[in-house]
Amino acid sequence: MSEPNSAETRSEQTPAANGLLDHMYVFFDDVRHRYGFYALVLIVLVVMPLLTGQYITAIMTNALLYVVLCLGLNIVVGYAGLLDLGYAAFFAVGAYTVGILTQEFGMNFWLTIPCAVVTASIAGVVIGGPTLRLRSDYLAIVTLGFGEIVRFSARNLEITGGASGLAAIPSPSLFGWHIDSTLDFYYIFVLLAVVACIASHRLHNSRLGRAWLYVRHDEDAAEVMGINRVRVKLAAYVIGSIFGAMGGAFFAVNLGAISPESFSFEQSVLVLLAVVLGGMGRIPGVILGAFIVVLMPEFLRELGSLRLLIFAVLLLLIMLFRPTGIWPDRRS
Amino acid sequence: MLLQVDGVTLRFAGNTVLDSVDFAVGEGVITSLIGPNGAGKTSLFNSVTGFYRPQQGKIEFDGNRLTKQKPHRVTQLGIARTFQNVRLFREMSVLENVMSGMHCRTHCGALSAVLRTPRQQKEERWIHEASNECLEFVGIDHFRDRLATNLPYGYQRRVEIARALATQPKLLLLDEPAAGLNSGEKDELINLIRRIRDERGTSVLLIEHDMGLVMQVSESIHVLDHGRMIANGTAEEVQNNPRVVEAYLGQEEEELEL
Repeated sequence: MSEPNSAETRSEQTPAANGLLDHMYVFFDDVRHRYGFYALVLIVLVVMPLLTGQYITAIMTNALLYVVLCLGLNIVVGYAGLLDLGYAAFFAVGAYTVGILTQEFGMNFWLTIPCAVVTASIAGVVIGGPTLRLRSDYLAIVTLGFGEIVRFSARNLEITGGASGLAAIPSPSLFGWHIDSTLDFYYIFVLLAVVACIASHRLHNSRLGRAWLYVRHDEDAAEVMGINRVRVKLAAYVIGSIFGAMGGAFFAVNLGAISPESFSFEQSVLVLLAVVLGGMGRIPGVILGAFIVVLMPEFLRELGSLRLLIFAVLLLLIMLFRPTGIWPDRRS
Repeated sequence: MLLQVDGVTLRFAGNTVLDSVDFAVGEGVITSLIGPNGAGKTSLFNSVTGFYRPQQGKIEFDGNRLTKQKPHRVTQLGIARTFQNVRLFREMSVLENVMSGMHCRTHCGALSAVLRTPRQQKEERWIHEASNECLEFVGIDHFRDRLATNLPYGYQRRVEIARALATQPKLLLLDEPAAGLNSGEKDELINLIRRIRDERGTSVLLIEHDMGLVMQVSESIHVLDHGRMIANGTAEEVQNNPRVVEAYLGQEEEELEL
């Protein structure tokens, strides 16, 4: 009988420890506040590039790309609880699918998007299928290996352009609007990030989203409730990889050139870092993490060579004082 | 017979846990499985629900062969179970816990969730309604938004039963449902087990050590000892069976309570 008591005291302790955060949760519990806040963020995102220079717009575009990637990885790591150290592989699959099809086969960019979805799904099944029976630490090693396999393949295959990659990927147009400038791509990424947020939110509050949480909390109990855990985890892998591939597709046409080094292990780690830093399993936290990981090094640019050291120290401090992330799920 | 177990033998590293066990549960009957500690009761549950793979024997349920089926398939076919030590999704709400049972009765996938199709919306509403109904049935609907882990133990047990009922089972397996309950809660449990059978038409099979409860509620009792089925019959028949008394000899008197 001591079990429920200890749980109760634990939950009573948390509000005192996170006073500000609790106010935030209460604030966002009100639907009007929440939608007001979303509208404000959207207005800021739309107006900002008109007031700032091209450099900041380009950095913000990169931050929005990270939002998409982080939301994708969040489905795998945050919702389904599967540690993935090779997420850049899915990013690469999307980018190379679009790069190869537009540049070497002359396909229309928009038609390559469904192809990227298909190749990403296949990649998700290929990596997920044989590995999902492994426990998290083994899974991490296998995914790390998979990430490297994809990068090495891209570097050594002819069709991917070898170590120099693909260049001169044509920029797309939409109903006569030629998407070309930094600003155009910025708005495309705003749109992509918004779609990714809505999709994440809807998935989280769905039958499949709940199934991910059940499996993460207690695999055996979930199985007893009639949930096919292998299938549910595989779905997380495939959907996460589709998010990554979408980010990769637009990344490829934005830069116009891709090379294997864009999809290094460091890239996987940065995305994972943003997810863990912001708070796994919670969309606002993950978005915050993505912005921090991209923008913080920019703010610290004046420090010169000490930049990455200070960045690392800041990250360590955040994780030390907020081990569940800056804006975690209320429950964890 | 709803559940038919024929000659099931289960061995772990040379130890025979179940020794060609024959056993059956009739449709609409409340059946109990009793026996001293370590007799193999939970192993039999685990064999039926697909967690263990018996080396020999045949398990049939409602016209389907259960041997070598995965646990989630067994649930889908209509067998729900609770655990000896409560295994709720502790950090999720009571309602969300019960909603997990609806997973195997619903179908909407990722795409319909992202697009919020009318069919998906309707299904979500149905999941909520049916889960709330299960919570009302076990009498804890006022706790639906509480975290499962914050509920008193007796109520956690009821959440587990509600969650199992949400899978819409034909047969409900309860593994020591009275463990840790006080006498008032035990009376409520007896009442609940009867209502599950009478109002929902679900057959019930329970493992229980509390003999008072077993004798009151069961219409058929099976006794397992050292992996062998040694007796079966009504409460009276089992109590007067010399092999049952012998199996319990050497046990402490309180645990006997015959």
